[in-house]
Amino acid sequence: MSFPDLSKIPAIDKLGVEERVSRFCKRSIKNAAKKHGLHLALSMIDLTTLEGKDTEEKVKRLCYKAGHLHGSLEGLPNVAAVCVYPNFVRVAKKELEGSGINVASVSTAFPSGQSTLEVKLSDTKFAVEEGADEVDMVISRGKFLSGEYNFVYDEIATVKEVCGKAHLKVILETGELDTLDNVRKASDIAMYAGADFIKTSTGKISPASTMPVTFVMLNAIKDYYKATGIKIGMKPAGGISTAKIALQYLVMLKETLGNDWMNKDLFRFGASSLANDVLMQLEKQESGIYQSVDYFSKD
Amino acid sequence: MERLDVLKTYKIFIGGKFPRTESGRYFKVEDNNGKLLANMCLSSRKDFRNAVVEARKAQKSWQSASALNKGQILYRVAEMLEGRKSQFIAELMMTGLSKQKAKEEVEQSIDRLIYYAGWSDKFQQIFSSVNPVASHHFNFSVLEPMGVVSVISSNESALLGLVSTIVPIIVGGNTCIVLSSENNPMVSISFAEVLNTSDLPHGVVNILTGKRKELIHHFASHMDVNAVSYCGEHDEEIQELEKVSVENLKRVRINRGTNWNEDKSQSPYYIERFQETKTIWHPNEV
Repeated sequence: MSFPDLSKIPAIDKLGVEERVSRFCKRSIKNAAKKHGLHLALSMIDLTTLEGKDTEEKVKRLCYKAGHLHGSLEGLPNVAAVCVYPNFVRVAKKELEGSGINVASVSTAFPSGQSTLEVKLSDTKFAVEEGADEVDMVISRGKFLSGEYNFVYDEIATVKEVCGKAHLKVILETGELDTLDNVRKASDIAMYAGADFIKTSTGKISPASTMPVTFVMLNAIKDYYKATGIKIGMKPAGGISTAKIALQYLVMLKETLGNDWMNKDLFRFGASSLANDVLMQLEKQESGIYQSVDYFSKD
Repeated sequence: MERLDVLKTYKIFIGGKFPRTESGRYFKVEDNNGKLLANMCLSSRKDFRNAVVEARKAQKSWQSASALNKGQILYRVAEMLEGRKSQFIAELMMTGLSKQKAKEEVEQSIDRLIYYAGWSDKFQQIFSSVNPVASHHFNFSVLEPMGVVSVISSNESALLGLVSTIVPIIVGGNTCIVLSSENNPMVSISFAEVLNTSDLPHGVVNILTGKRKELIHHFASHMDVNAVSYCGEHDEEIQELEKVSVENLKRVRINRGTNWNEDKSQSPYYIERFQETKTIWHPNEV
């Protein structure tokens, strides 16, 4: 792939996007469809812990949870992946052996991305060597905002080479990009540079993922697919904490990209508390009784 | 040209906001002559669910607010109610109370607020204890709020019954979701306006209007509700409450045929009913 022609990128109509997005939130999804949607959402979750206070034990707990979501609800899928810092990849990989759950690792000086290319590459290389199936990199937002698009493009392309077989998710950190036009531009640069997934946020900056931003990115993916025939995945992350919001995202996904994208290979939720809320909703569907977090695992 | 009155749209009170019911349904409140007084929100179980989320969010910080602060806020509620006395009297009269009765009810409600405001920094002392034990322990018991309480408010005593049930609950550090009187729900929403101008943190009191029959099951079954308070004498409802609330071992407190006008209907024991006793064994000689 070569550098995209930025002059051909359409301008984003912000009001139009918001208007369109507000309609996704008004669909009524009940009973069987809701249950199906909740199961699907669960299977798309990247169970995430990215905190300074993370320990091996915390990562082990999270891995256990990834494979044992609930004690009594039957027919539940596993989550798609567990997302950790590079130094915990080995632990997570060992815990998840044979479960079919991927290990994703953040890299390239996550979350700020402020470091030299050399450090970023060795960061990525380390994660891959430790066994990460997926790599979540951050772009250099400072460079992007000062117009050095080639720099951003080259950086992504270089990281992609180092990733080898591991899937590359590129985090745009849309909360720092200011405008939807920038989001669209960054999406195109990331996809043409070789991203397998584009991802909204690190979760460390507010606002994290929003529906308008995700909608713009989904449309970028659609245009890229039309131009090249390659399907790129989407991962909104941060701020998606309830089942209700997750279902609204799924509605948006279906009505924008269609059924082909409705699986964990092409769509993920980056979230830490979403899984519990989805489980609470599923339990509510089964029992008819509203649930409390007191009866679900803490993290 | 004759001026048209601007009538109030009665909505519900959740998390310090006045939304309409998400269900979009309503019911009519009429006076004794069948004249329409207001269209009230017919709240659904989802409104209740949303209110529980708000009440849970508000609970921890309300519990940790100082006793003095809680008392001051309740005193402030009383001040606000005093200032809007005439409005409440008029509203109660619309639904059939005589002027004298309405005035009494409003004044008693204000006095009851003051009564519990005074207890806020005192009830802990009379219910806590140091317990003699036969080992080397310093053993003591203190009260802690139960958490989130759902309240089925009095049908007959629309304002005084409401005040008398929720104030002892919140003064103890609980938050609550109230289903107001079915017969006269208007006054409860006006009371919500009073609460909302009294520095009471959002979500500490949430008020829904609607039908007991629809909501009582959810008031009793919601797993994130720690206790339920009920006013009335309907045996089937009480049975339902006690049966369903077993699921997460909610405390059930029944006010059967309580006359809220009486002096004996206020007491620190109304606070204690929504407190759990925590007993601590502290080793003192090793």
